[in-house]
Amino acid sequence: MSFMKFVNRYESFDFDGYFKSVTTADIQNSLNRNRLEPHDLLNLLSGQALSFLEEMARKAKGITHQYFGRTIGLYAPMYISDYCSNHCTYCGFNAAMDFKRTRLSLAEIEQEAKAISDAGIRHILILTGEAPAKTPMPYLEKAVGVLKKYFSSIALEMFPMDEEMYRVLKKAGADSLTVYQEVYDQRIYKEVHPKGKKSDYHYRLLTPERGARAGFRAVNIGTLFGLGEPMSEAFMACLHARYLEQEFQDVEVSLSLPRMTKARGGIEPKNILTDMGFVQVMLAWRLFMPRIGINISTRESAFFRDKLIHLGATRYSAGSKTDVGGYALKPNDATAQFEVTDTRSVKEISDMIRQSGYQPVFKDWDNF
Amino acid sequence: MSNIKKDTLCLGDIEFTSRLFTGTGKFASREFITPMLQASGSQMITVALRRVDPGEGKGNILNYIPDSVTLLPNTSGARTAGEAVRIARIAREAGCGKFIKIEVITDMKYLLPDNHETVKATQILAQEGFIVLPYMMPDITVARQLYDAGAAAVMPLGSPIGTNRGLEMKAMIRMIIEASRIPVVVDAGIGRPSQAAEAMEMGADAVLVNTAIATSDDPVLAGKAFSYAVKAGRMAWLSNMADKKVYADASSPLTGFLRK
Repeated sequence: MSFMKFVNRYESFDFDGYFKSVTTADIQNSLNRNRLEPHDLLNLLSGQALSFLEEMARKAKGITHQYFGRTIGLYAPMYISDYCSNHCTYCGFNAAMDFKRTRLSLAEIEQEAKAISDAGIRHILILTGEAPAKTPMPYLEKAVGVLKKYFSSIALEMFPMDEEMYRVLKKAGADSLTVYQEVYDQRIYKEVHPKGKKSDYHYRLLTPERGARAGFRAVNIGTLFGLGEPMSEAFMACLHARYLEQEFQDVEVSLSLPRMTKARGGIEPKNILTDMGFVQVMLAWRLFMPRIGINISTRESAFFRDKLIHLGATRYSAGSKTDVGGYALKPNDATAQFEVTDTRSVKEISDMIRQSGYQPVFKDWDNF
Repeated sequence: MSNIKKDTLCLGDIEFTSRLFTGTGKFASREFITPMLQASGSQMITVALRRVDPGEGKGNILNYIPDSVTLLPNTSGARTAGEAVRIARIAREAGCGKFIKIEVITDMKYLLPDNHETVKATQILAQEGFIVLPYMMPDITVARQLYDAGAAAVMPLGSPIGTNRGLEMKAMIRMIIEASRIPVVVDAGIGRPSQAAEAMEMGADAVLVNTAIATSDDPVLAGKAFSYAVKAGRMAWLSNMADKKVYADASSPLTGFLRK
C-alpha cells in the first residue's frame, strides 16, 4: 500500500460540492471532537469554518503549547547547486531559464556553512535542483560530510531519490528529508511539470515513504499553494501527513505551507491562498494532527510571521538566502529560487520570538 | 507522627528531600528555570541532551541549573537502545553526571516509550555505572525486568506525555508501586497539582512534572503549587490514611443482623 491509494480514492471526490454542503453545526461538531476524522478536516477547511476562526485558533494554540511548549525551532536553508533539468513552469531554476548556474565546491560549502553557523543556526536544510550529473552522489555525500562539522542536524531537500541513495546520505550524516508534492491534483501536476524526471507524479508521491524506509528521523511534506485549488490541496497534504504518521510510527512528520510567489520567467500563481486562508489551513491541520510540526519559511512577511507564532507554528527558517552562495560568497543579485520576504537576521527573528513569549530553539538534535 | 523532614528519597548516593522532579523543556524562556527551581524546591531536573549546545556559551541550558540541583540528562529523541546508550555516554563525557533518564520512543504519534528497547539500554548503562531511571509504559513485568537490569528507579507514565490527563494508568501504577523494590517515579501526563497529590497519596516515591509547569502562564507559581501538592500527597501516604469506602461505616446492611 502507498499513499497513491488515497490519491485515487479522492480523485473523483467532489470537494467543491462537499465544502458547499458544510453547515455551522457540522463545524461545531468537528470542533468538539478530540480525534478528528478526514470529514472533520474537510469541515474545518470549508468556507463556513471562517466564522469559527477565532475558536479554532484558541484551540490550536492550546494544543500546540501542550505538545511543543512555548518554543519555536529554527533552521536555515542552504542552496548548493541551481543546476536543474526539470521544467517546472513556476520555478526560477527551471531548465529553460537562461542564467549562469552555480554549483558550490566543497570549500565554498564550508564558507557558507561557517557564515550560517556563526549566526547561531544548528539545523541546516540543504537544497539542490534536479541535475544528478552535476550533483552526483559522491559530491552530495562529501557535502553532507562538510556540513556535519558545523550543524547538529542535516535535512535534505533535493531531487527524489531511491531508497538506497537515501541510505547512503543518511550514513553520511543527513537525518531528515523534505519533499513537497507541489500539487496533489494530478491534472495540474502534469500541466506544470510537462517533461523531465519530475513529470513522474507517482515516483514523487512515494518519495517521503522511501525516505522513511531509508531511516530518516523526520520527513517534511507540503503542497505549493498557488497551483491547485488551495483547500483540497491542503486536505490532501494533511491526509498524506497522517498516512505517513500511521505507516511509519518512528518518523516525525511535519508540514510546510509554501505560498508561491512569481519567479522570474515563471507562471503567475493562480488559486491564490489569502492570509486568512493560510491561517485557516494551519489551524485545521493542527486540530486534525495535534503533534504535527508546522514549518513557516521566509516566503512569508515579517508581520505575518510574527502573528503565526501564536497559531500553531513550530519551526521557522531564519536569515534565509535562497540563491546559491547567498550567505558568504555572492552579492545579492544571483538568481533566487523564490523571493525572501522576511529578510530579518537570525538575531532579529530570535529576538522577535522571545518578545512574543516563546523560546527560540536552535539545537534539537545531534549527530548521536 | 511521621516527621516529613526525615523522609528522604535515596537515588544513587544522593538523598533528596524534595519528591518533585522537574524538566527544562517547553519554557517560554530559559530564564524561568532558575526561579522555578527555587520556588518549587525541586532538587532533580531533567534535560534533553539533544538540546544541550556547549557552543552556546552563556546561553547553554545547563547554566540555568544551580549546582545544588541534580541533573538528570535524558535520551529524548532516541529510537533505539543503541542510540540511548550513545546519548548517555556523551552526557557523561559532557560532565552531566552519572544519572540518566532513559527515554526510547518509537511512536511519534503518542510518544509512548518502547519498553523492550528501554530494558536493553538499562542493562548496558547500569553495567557501565550509570544511575539509570528508565521512563516506561506501566507494565509490572517490565518494571521487574528493569529492576533486574539494574535500574535505580522506574518511571511509569501517568498518561501520554504532555496530555495533562493525569493518572489514566492508575491501576497499573498502583500494582507497580506495590511490587517494586526500587522507587517509583510517576512521569508524564501529570497536568494539575491535584493529580500529583493523587500519585503521591497512592505511594509513588516521586513525580516528574514538566509540561504543566513550563507551559503555564506563571511557571514559578505553578512550580510552587506542585511542590505543595507533592508534599501534601506524601504526608497523606505516610499518615496511612484509610482508603475511601463505598458505603458508610455505620451501616452494615449485610451482616448487621448478626449483631442484633
